[in-house]
Amino acid sequence: MDNQGFSRREFARFTGAGLFVFFHAGLVRAQEPARLPGRVSAPSDFNAFLKIGEDGRVQCLVGKVELGQGAMTSLAQVLAEELDVAFDSVDVVMGDTDLCPYDMGTFGSMTTPLLAPVVRRAAAEVRAVLLAMASDRLTIPVERLRVKNGVITVADAGGSVSYGRLVEGRRIEKHLADIPVKPVTEFKVIGQSPHRKDALDKVTGKARFAGDQSPSGLLHARVLRPPAHGARRRSVDTSAAEKIPGVRVVNDGDLVAVLHERPDVAAAALEKINADFEPQPATPDNRTIFDHILKTAPPVRTVGQGGDLAEGEKLAAEIVEHSYWHGYGAHAPIETHSATAVVEDGKVTVWASTQAPFMVKDQVARGAGFAPAQVRIISRYVGGGFGGKTMAEQAVDAARLAKLTGRPVQVVWNRADEFSHDPFRPAAVIKVRAGINKAGKITMWDAQIIGAGEREGRPFYAIPHHRTVSAGGWQGGNPPNMHPFDVGPWRAPSVNSITFGRESHIDALAAKGAFDPVEFRLNNLTDARMRRVLETAAKHFGWKPGTTPSGRGVGVACGVYSGACNATMAEIAVAKTGRVEVKRVTVVLDVGVVLNPDGLRQQTEGAVMMGMGYALLEEVRFQGGKVLTRNFDDYQLARFSSLPKIEVVFVDNPQTAALGGGEPPIICMGAALANAVHDATGKRMLELPMTAEKLKATLV
Amino acid sequence: MNRTVSFRLNGKPASVTTDDERMLLWVLRSDLGLTGSKFGCGEGLCGACTVVVGDQAVRSCVTPLKSIAGKQVLTIEGLGGDRLNAIQQAFLDHHAFQCGYCTPGMIMQAYALLKKTPRPTREQIVAAMDDNLCRCGSHVRVISAIQQASGDGKAGA
Repeated sequence: MDNQGFSRREFARFTGAGLFVFFHAGLVRAQEPARLPGRVSAPSDFNAFLKIGEDGRVQCLVGKVELGQGAMTSLAQVLAEELDVAFDSVDVVMGDTDLCPYDMGTFGSMTTPLLAPVVRRAAAEVRAVLLAMASDRLTIPVERLRVKNGVITVADAGGSVSYGRLVEGRRIEKHLADIPVKPVTEFKVIGQSPHRKDALDKVTGKARFAGDQSPSGLLHARVLRPPAHGARRRSVDTSAAEKIPGVRVVNDGDLVAVLHERPDVAAAALEKINADFEPQPATPDNRTIFDHILKTAPPVRTVGQGGDLAEGEKLAAEIVEHSYWHGYGAHAPIETHSATAVVEDGKVTVWASTQAPFMVKDQVARGAGFAPAQVRIISRYVGGGFGGKTMAEQAVDAARLAKLTGRPVQVVWNRADEFSHDPFRPAAVIKVRAGINKAGKITMWDAQIIGAGEREGRPFYAIPHHRTVSAGGWQGGNPPNMHPFDVGPWRAPSVNSITFGRESHIDALAAKGAFDPVEFRLNNLTDARMRRVLETAAKHFGWKPGTTPSGRGVGVACGVYSGACNATMAEIAVAKTGRVEVKRVTVVLDVGVVLNPDGLRQQTEGAVMMGMGYALLEEVRFQGGKVLTRNFDDYQLARFSSLPKIEVVFVDNPQTAALGGGEPPIICMGAALANAVHDATGKRMLELPMTAEKLKATLV
Repeated sequence: MNRTVSFRLNGKPASVTTDDERMLLWVLRSDLGLTGSKFGCGEGLCGACTVVVGDQAVRSCVTPLKSIAGKQVLTIEGLGGDRLNAIQQAFLDHHAFQCGYCTPGMIMQAYALLKKTPRPTREQIVAAMDDNLCRCGSHVRVISAIQQASGDGKAGA
């Protein structure tokens, strides 16, 4: 038995007979930051675990989380494919830090490109081991054995044995070796769209989210929060709240909370607390923020450069220079941050809505005073994340309060908390100065990305003289006065803002030179995959070449994200009120091999709606650290009446391994719609969101 | 005011003794342990808490308990039985959800629509569903699912 790197305690949870495979991948491990303070709970030896039981069921434990993106289903497909078992016999267990091996978190579209290949290899190894066992038992060479639905048969002869039978009464432990996986041409389950594993739970209301846990004796807590970020509390009077029957008040240094067996009574009790906070400056606000971040940004760093900008400028016949602004964006999941904590025998279990249960495990250990080994985080179903549920302050609060009260405690943010404490997509300014020659070639490109971060910052066009610099971002490390509240990753971090700037500017160059926007892009693109998605989009959309503005209201944008290529086209109309009606959107993607076409289509349809939101509707209003946006009446999401006709096309690309699909489909929406608005009206909108109010003011 | 409020919940008699000004959502989730109806906004703006009272879809987060005295309340837990209701089946068939958090509210809103209008046009579906928010963007599939369920003609069963 090979158990190098495992403690017996780690093994203890994998009890019983069966075939066990432990595996890790350099690539998956590469997600781990080199130094994550206090990250003592992460085992360094394996990242996933696969078991075939005596009943023939396959169980895979991974530290990723099902956020709605369908990973539970696509990972099961990958396993079923390589193992030659029925999809229905595969169970994927996710997001439980006691059961599942370490994983840094579910973000960055990394599950498919980084974890899925490892799961495939593990499954291929299991299959090889089982075939060798069957060969021994049946005394038939492996070459003559076939597998279907978990049953091994002998080609052209009788005799068969099931996987479950082979492992019966035995315990076999293996570490992943290098076994070849199936070629794409032999896929039967990958590339299909089976029923989602989470479907039944979700249509029956049985799916239990973090705030649906109701352990006996549960108290619901409401935490006192400052009216503005950075406002220090000067005094607090909890006496009125304490008079409410059944209410408990906790006043523990920085944490003041009211608790009650009924969540609504706890909420009412919070209203009875009188607290005085230091006033905070009301600047910057959502109008002045762009000047503010330009003034407060750290020094720029170079993201990419080539050639000589001065030379490129000399070659240019026309120069166009614009600054593009993109305001803060809220994640606005319908499930607010939630956690339920239970302390038993010195150990805390927290059901938490988080994309990163292992990070939160350490966060809770530090924040609530537990040894990491005494913290279990369970994140089975999460009601939308989009980057906003990485860290989980509510889990720390729930654990602290459970420890202090000796009762299970649930903390669910209300909607105002969610808007106020969201780690927003940072406001950003993208400045571009670029030139073209008479032949429609871009001769120079000089870009500054301030605030957005630098992911996919370099232009992917063939430009001889270019430079891109970046300052500040979503990853942290910004000067403390740059943003009045927390910022963080938001679905395809950096790339929505950068693509809005870049592709708006490409469109402006095409217009300046009186070139068709698609032809102009193709004239400056050498990347074969990007050319193909753009040409495919033009064909499916029915793009009619012409110069812009044409009055038709059509727009195009291209983008890349972690190896995936996207070309998006949109047709819109602008009402006199300034409201943009999106009539139809075509999204063409090259994400390599598509594991689950319907799953990717779902992601793309969702990205179109969420993209319409950030492009047209979603505006965070604030004055200094006080977030004024409090609920969905003043933060508009795209809704049923906004729904355009959506066409989704995946170009066939079996040569490229499967890439993540949750983020790439959204990146072009801002620019495609801004370019369509320009085509309709002749006005180039330099700021997102293009709300009706702003657009109307522009049109007058 | 603390009172005993009686009503029918998912076809069975129910009664709760509590402050009758409290909102139905919290009574369902906390007092009665039915967590299928979700909290999303607390102000009747998102639809995640939607239940059906009589034949009306209501936002349970802004519906005082006293207003449902003597009425029929249907939640996601009361839909279907041994088999899925036609709307649930259609949501499953079309994968008309991603994270699934808004889904119970969507299904209950659709249930009330099809009770009243068994064969809605697409425009009627959009109008009826427009105040149910979905952040994952499953709108196109929700419409398809409701169309399928209405075609089956069994959605209100």
